[in-house]
Amino acid sequence: MSTPDESYEEQDEDSEEEEVEMTAAEALAKLEEAWLNEKFAPDLLESKSDLVDCMLEQINQMEENLRKCKKGDMRILIHRMEIDRIRFIISSYLRRRLEKIEMFHQEILHRDSLRKEDDPLLLSEEELRFAKDYADGVQSHFKSLVLTHLPQNFQKLDREKTAPKPDVDSYVFLKANRDQDQVLIEPELDDDPSAEVVDLVKDSQYIMRFRPLAPLVADGTVSLI
Amino acid sequence: MYGDKALELIMELKRAAEGSLPAYNEDGVRQVLEEMSVLYDQNQADVLQEPSMTGGESLISAVQFRHTCLERNQRCLLAYLHNRMEMIKTMRWEFGSVLPPDIKNNMSEQESQWFNRYSKSLASYMRSLGEEGLDLTQDRKPPKNLFIQVRCLMDYGEFETEDGTLVVLKKNSQHFLLRSQCDLC
Repeated sequence: MSTPDESYEEQDEDSEEEEVEMTAAEALAKLEEAWLNEKFAPDLLESKSDLVDCMLEQINQMEENLRKCKKGDMRILIHRMEIDRIRFIISSYLRRRLEKIEMFHQEILHRDSLRKEDDPLLLSEEELRFAKDYADGVQSHFKSLVLTHLPQNFQKLDREKTAPKPDVDSYVFLKANRDQDQVLIEPELDDDPSAEVVDLVKDSQYIMRFRPLAPLVADGTVSLI
Repeated sequence: MYGDKALELIMELKRAAEGSLPAYNEDGVRQVLEEMSVLYDQNQADVLQEPSMTGGESLISAVQFRHTCLERNQRCLLAYLHNRMEMIKTMRWEFGSVLPPDIKNNMSEQESQWFNRYSKSLASYMRSLGEEGLDLTQDRKPPKNLFIQVRCLMDYGEFETEDGTLVVLKKNSQHFLLRSQCDLC
């Protein structure tokens, strides 16, 4: 029994909206990478909900196929183990995202509201609904227990000052997936000619600040490890 | 000293053993709120009394000091609530939507409300995943083995596994079952 190939639509990097056919194995590899990146990144990364949906469908299909198999077949056990593993990756990935969404909900919702039409989605539709509901809940909880009892000019919270923000300046371990020259590691010194640049060599590992790497993680040039 | 009571609240949470929730300190919160309203009134009085610059130097520093205390108290109160929410959230992931009574008793009424709301939105999020939903509170650890040893805690009777085999689950009997199926029981 083999896992059925599933076509998976993805936008090409040149944004030509080309549909890329992907095998189940490739989709799984993508999911694993997304999972590790999400796990180690201090900030919330782009939503990969289509990848998750695709793999969930895969699992269902695999389970369906397993049911058709003869009892006592060795392959059943192996495939079931694989299903368990994939399900763990998906759950762990989504859990990690929820954790960040809850922690930084003000910041993330604010960023989402600034998002332009064709920017990549930061949150999936369901995550957005959850984040909004969560933010509402926390706000009204704060209000009912403390804020309404405070003197007048202490009743409003300043998002800039009080909301927790992801520490994008923390250091992460990463591996380069391809050569990338001239990576500016201090983007805040963009105009400074003495700013430090690094050439990333394929398959080498580095420790760097997350902030300058964020776009490279998003386009798959580097993976966090 | 100003701010001591607020700090006391925070320390109380810090001291709490892991996996437990200390009782909601309504009294403590009220005392901090009272302290704040006293500080605020004093500040108001001083500001009204000294609208001009004449001789106000000493008053200004007092006002500033009180203002800082107010800000600190506000921050502590919110931190108190926030950290309790984090604890309650952990409970939701651990115990599911129904909490053991001893934890429930330690929550304030608003916290119970908040818990129910959180529990609901989490559940509806998990239902929306995939076609049939995905329970994220399961599969918390990477799967190592397909089968695990289980011991029955009570008489269950016949249990049909996915492949059709019947297992009789009697109290204190031990079995070697598929992990995915034991999660259900």
